[in-house]
Amino acid sequence: MGSHTVLRHVVIRRMALVALLLLWGPVTRTVLAQAELSGSWTPRNTEDVSRDSYPVDYLGLPLNTEGRTKALSYNEGQLAMVERQCEGWPAVYFVQGPFGLKIWADTDPVKGGTISWTIGAWEDRAPLIIWMDGRPHPSKYAEHTRGGFTTGRWEGDTLVTETTHMKAGLLRKNGPPMSDQATMTSRFWRHGDILTILAVVDDPIYLAEPHIVTKSFQLSATPMLPVGPPCVTTFEGKRPGDSVPHYVPEKNPFVDELTKLYHLPAAAVLGEVETLYPEYRKKIKATYVPLDTCKTDCGAPPPR
Amino acid sequence: MIGRRVIGLLAIAALVSGAGLHAQNRGAPPPAPSPRAAAPIDLTGYWVSVVNEDWRFRMVMPAKGDYKGVPITQEALRIVNAWNPTADEAAGNQCKAYGAAAIMRVPGRIHITWQDDTTLKLDTDAGSQSRLFKFSAAAPAPATWQGTSVARWERPGRGNPAAKVGSLAVTTTNMRAGYLRKNGVPYSEDARVTEYFDLSPMPNNGQLIVVTTIVDDPRYLTQPFVVSSQFKKEAEGSKWDPTPCSATW
Repeated sequence: MGSHTVLRHVVIRRMALVALLLLWGPVTRTVLAQAELSGSWTPRNTEDVSRDSYPVDYLGLPLNTEGRTKALSYNEGQLAMVERQCEGWPAVYFVQGPFGLKIWADTDPVKGGTISWTIGAWEDRAPLIIWMDGRPHPSKYAEHTRGGFTTGRWEGDTLVTETTHMKAGLLRKNGPPMSDQATMTSRFWRHGDILTILAVVDDPIYLAEPHIVTKSFQLSATPMLPVGPPCVTTFEGKRPGDSVPHYVPEKNPFVDELTKLYHLPAAAVLGEVETLYPEYRKKIKATYVPLDTCKTDCGAPPPR
Repeated sequence: MIGRRVIGLLAIAALVSGAGLHAQNRGAPPPAPSPRAAAPIDLTGYWVSVVNEDWRFRMVMPAKGDYKGVPITQEALRIVNAWNPTADEAAGNQCKAYGAAAIMRVPGRIHITWQDDTTLKLDTDAGSQSRLFKFSAAAPAPATWQGTSVARWERPGRGNPAAKVGSLAVTTTNMRAGYLRKNGVPYSEDARVTEYFDLSPMPNNGQLIVVTTIVDDPRYLTQPFVVSSQFKKEAEGSKWDPTPCSATW
């Protein structure tokens, strides 16, 4: 092969490369319309930091009567039972909980497309796998799991996910229930290094209207170590055959704890749906007795 | 043989890219649409806040000295402990908790309209405040509770500019010093507020705005204060109920 022929082949290959780039331009632009979610995301725990701290604190939840009754029957002592220690929290806890998110994409090894996004597990929450490959949700008779089954799609640079097939569990750690008929729709908005996630839980059994929760996370340069299952059970004082710790809903001893501590109206503490809207603020204005000064749990001391 | 294939490929590429060039060369480029015409999402209308987070800090007057969740400095703590709502009222500072850094957390309704083609206006019935989001450079002005807000549309990547997806990004400075919470947790006149307005459909043809608010304050915050607030769309404004600012409720 002469040098002229080699040069001709090099030129032809380069021209072919340019042609292919021109053809792939629109495809490349489509890919860039999505957002990169991979990485370690630190929670910005500057809102709703007291959630879950009290046995009866359903503030901001739209519970119906059945949901409220079931919540009031919950006793955290249930978690001492060997068969319940590793139940873990449902999928919604990835937004509800206080921890960060480690997110990664599982890609097709040949074509490079995203098959799924995974939000890594915590010790008490299963990983959330978001299938992006167009697979359908399972039959309504399929097994329900703690993490459920989630599919996703892009709307511009917003990741939209749908979660079904969750086991019955808790909306918050202190007892508000979620049925196995609940579904969750989530949206992931990335703005620079801030990721805001919206989760809307629709539950025809225990909620008077869909429960909305949002939380923001900040991209971290420090990798977050995955902390996941398996959970290991141990003896915590409850033997097989012991009764399940619970309260008779009307006799829950913590029902007025927040009312005494913060003067909060019982309807709000118990998650009545009307308490989520501004009209309720006007309704209680005349009767609310404000606290004088905060004495405990008032905030972290600022650095000196 | 290879040469023929490459020539064929080049011909297709030329057709594809040539079509684009042809389209671009038809006369002078059209003028850029106004921010109003170019809006990727429609935020206008009446919206009601859903108080599902921070209930005890938003729906009732929190206790003096309760700053839980706010990363304050020592200097801010002195202001927290010296908070006196009666003195604020007497001094005409009853709107300190209704400034741009806090107003989206105040339970109430917001009404969003286009004031003109380059200015989006957000009114609140709680405290009767007005915010102007300008898509053009703002002229110097005295500091106010709502400050000076510069807006821009955020569109996904290099996606289709005609696609109706995106967010509103707003940066606010030039504010008077105010309160992040009703009970005197402060932000200073040096604070900078960055907000993102995102839209989500809801069941039964509903719509939801999620506002992510990031407050940076080198004086009173040790790190950014980040909250996200939700507003449900209402069909009309019959529940719009303007009320004045109050330092005591």
